[in-house]
This record gives sequence, C-alpha cells and structure tokens, in this order.
Amino acid sequence: MNRLRFWFLFPARALNGLLFLIPLGIIVLYSFMTRGTYGGQGSPLTIESYQRLFDPLYLSILLRSFWIAGISTAISLLFGFPLALFIATAAKHRGAYLNLVMLPFWTSFLVRTYAWMFLLRDTGLINTVLQSFGVIGEPIPMLYNDAAVVLGLVYGYLPFMVLPISSTLEKVDPALLEAAADLGATPWVALWKVIVPLAMPGIVAGSVLVFIPCLGAYLTPDLLGGGKSIMIGNIVQNQFTSARDWPFGSALSLVLTALVMGLLWIFVKKGGQKAL
Amino acid sequence: MRRVLGLIAIVVYLFLHVPLLVLTVFSFNSSRFTAWEGFSLKWYAAVMADHRMLESTWNSLIIAFVATSAATAIGTLAAYGMWKRKAPVLEGSLYLSLVTPEIVTGVSLLAFFQWLFHYMHIRLGMHTVILAHVTFSIAFVVIVVSARLKTMDATLEEAALDLGANHWQAFWRVTLPSLIPGIVAAALLTFTISFDDYVITSLVAGVDSETLPMVIYGMARKGVNPTVNAISATIVVLIGVLIVFAERLQQE
Repeated sequence: MNRLRFWFLFPARALNGLLFLIPLGIIVLYSFMTRGTYGGQGSPLTIESYQRLFDPLYLSILLRSFWIAGISTAISLLFGFPLALFIATAAKHRGAYLNLVMLPFWTSFLVRTYAWMFLLRDTGLINTVLQSFGVIGEPIPMLYNDAAVVLGLVYGYLPFMVLPISSTLEKVDPALLEAAADLGATPWVALWKVIVPLAMPGIVAGSVLVFIPCLGAYLTPDLLGGGKSIMIGNIVQNQFTSARDWPFGSALSLVLTALVMGLLWIFVKKGGQKAL
Repeated sequence: MRRVLGLIAIVVYLFLHVPLLVLTVFSFNSSRFTAWEGFSLKWYAAVMADHRMLESTWNSLIIAFVATSAATAIGTLAAYGMWKRKAPVLEGSLYLSLVTPEIVTGVSLLAFFQWLFHYMHIRLGMHTVILAHVTFSIAFVVIVVSARLKTMDATLEEAALDLGANHWQAFWRVTLPSLIPGIVAAALLTFTISFDDYVITSLVAGVDSETLPMVIYGMARKGVNPTVNAISATIVVLIGVLIVFAERLQQE
C-alpha cells in the first residue's frame, strides 16, 4: 500500500515541486541579485530591489492596489450580501439561483472583461445609446479609469462573495427570526441584530476571497484601466517584459505573494476557513 | 423586506448576465459599429476566414486537451493518495499554487524556463505552455476529486481487500469507477481554465504557440472588433454548455 501510495503521489509532487516551488525559489534568488547592463541578473547580492519598493512611486501604486481591492470588496459585499440573503431564504430553486451566479464566472475571464470594454468605450454601447437618444452630446469617457477597474473586479469576483455568505445563511435557524419578531423587532432590526452577526463568518470569508484576487489583479487593470489605472500586478508584468528589470520584478512578486499569504494566514488562524 | 431583496437580486443578476448577452446579440449585428443595423452572420464568417484565429484556436484546443488529460490523471492519483492518509506538504503546496497571484506564477515560470534554457537547447513553445497548465491545474483536480472521495465509503475497498484483491485492484476496480463523475467534472473545469488562461500563457508561450486568448487580448487592446464579439460569443456558449454539464455531474 505504501509503495502504491508513493507512486500515486509522485507525479503531483514532482510537477508541483519542479514547476511551482523551484520557480518561486528562483524568484527569491533573483530578488537579491543585481540587474545586468543588458537586462539579466547577476552578482553582487544586494537588497537594493527591496529598498526600491519604498520609492514613493511604487509605494503609491502599492497603496492604490490596496485601495482598489478594498473598494471592490466593499461594493461586492454591498450587493453580494442581499443577493446571498435572497438565495438562502428562497422557498425553492436555491440551487438554480446559485448556478445563475456561478455560470458567468466560469466563462472566460478575458471575454467577460472584453464585454465591459464593448459597453464602456467612447464608441461603446452605452455611449451610443445615450447619444442616439440625445441624452448626451459628446461621449462620456467611462473606460480607462479607476471606476472601470473596480467595476471589472466586482463583476469578476462577486460570486466569491455570494457563495460563502449564502452557505452560512442557509444554516441560520428561521425560528430565531420568529423569536426576534415576537420580541418586537421589525424585519430590518432583526436583519441587523440577528442575521448579520450570524452571517459574519461568511461575510469575512467572502471578503477575503474577493480581496485576494483583486489585490493580485493583472488583466482587469490592464484592459479596463488601460495603463492609466495600474496595480502591482501590472508593474510585475512590466518589469519582466519591457522594463527588463527581473530583480526588481521578483522583489515585487514576492511582496505581493507575501501580502496574500499573510492575509490568508490571519484568516486561517482565526478559524475563518470553517465558513467555507 | 422580501420585495426589496428580490429587487436587489434582479439588479445583480442583470449586472452579471446582461454584458455577455449584449455581446452575443451584437455579434450578429451586420454593422461594424455599435448601432444595430440588422441580423448577419458575417462576423462568424470572418472568424472562419481568419487564419491567425483558427490556428490559435487549434493551439488552444491541443494545449487544453493535453493539459487536461495529464492534470486529471495526476490530480486524481494524488487525491486518492491523500484520501486515507494526509500528505500535508503536498496539500499545502497545492493550496499555495492555488492562491498565488497568476501574474506571479507566470513570471516565476518564465524565470525558471529562461534559467533552464542556459543549460538545455530548448525554447518557449507549446510544451512550456502545456507544462505550466498541467502544474496550475493539478490543485483544481485534487479539490474536485477529493470532494467526491469524501462522500465515499472506505469500507468497500476493505471488503475488496478481504476478498483477495490487491491494493491496485481495489483502486482500479472498486474506487475508481465510482469516482468517474468527479473525475469528468474535474476534467471539464480544467479544460475551461486551460482554454481561457491568458496571464500565465502569454508569459511562457513562444512564437509558434499563440493561443486564442492571446489573439483576443491583442485585438481587444487595439479596440472593439466585431470579429472578437463573434469568437467571444462562441466561447461563452460552448464553455457554458461544458459547465452546465460539469455541474450536473457533480450533483449526481
């Protein structure tokens, strides 16, 4: 049995080690190297790349990424919570309602982002319709700004908010609400004082699940922000392609990964994953 | 309150579904511009006449097919290996690969391959894309198959062993057959993830391995193009069918 188990686990271990852990290790190594004259990297070893992170330019992009991810998470919560409550308290078709949330999520992320470009561009659908009805004369610039990036992120990750909240809410005993009503609470008071506290594990889990991919986003700020609204992911990509400063790109990658891991670590430490 | 909730739910569902619906509808627009002129299939004809798009679709299909087959096999074996006795290091590492931002996975693979190429005469191409896809897909397969394993009765295997089967036979004849729905679901999900991936793929692809998402990305950067609407609508419908199918299997 043990020998069979060894061979069953071997391919996954080999591939994950060779093509995930070792590449991460190389990035760690590169982050302490010096950038060569023609790109590339070599000795001497230095922490210069990490010191550059405190350059106000990069620090501000780091803060912006947090800000954009935070706003996207808040908006996802604002709309995701009522939807989750609606699904969890539906008399029937709960599974169908949940599938309706998940279906667009599984279709291509790239295509979904492109769909918003199609809607928001100067010659896009929204501007064309508004112009043809004479509501506006000139097209409103809606693409290539922070709001478009936030919109794209909310659109992309809203399901991550809805799923954990609705599964926590489904476990809430309806008798508690009846008790609250008997004791004189209006539905809104009961919502705030009974349902929200009980849904808190799901709310926290959903917020973490939305915040993490938003923080590391690359495609959404690239396409909907169009170089005007950039996040950490875009800087990483840039350092590895056009800027050809791999040591600095590696340091940025590691900081981004460390932030994500740190958040998850706090979340797991507090027992938050039990809500999933 | 139920009415308010219903109203918000409708708004959110519209928000989630209208963009893709509108995109699909306008892929049948005869005009190149966003104003509706009339029904036409000409953008679908344009897709069929576009060599670059066809070639990249073919590349994407090959990559997704090979990566899915390999990742499903490797992931299923690993999930089974972790069923009765945990493998905390592998499990932790797989979760790590799942939550690492895609862009970081991409650049680290790029760095790794470039480093490797100093010592071996190979280049970026289909093989590097496939290797990358297999690696990031294993975690998805393990999660889906493990979920299926959790619902299964381990005593069935013990019964098989008592009746004289060896461990391999117990796996192959008893456990694996009842895992099939989970495995197929995992494969379908992996296929869609592999077929869709842009971020990692674009970093480890070579000149001869352009994928469909890379072509779509390039065209989207340049501006909205009705041909992209047509290919996008096709992807949305096909992937949608695959996913509904996968969901059905998982619920069985």
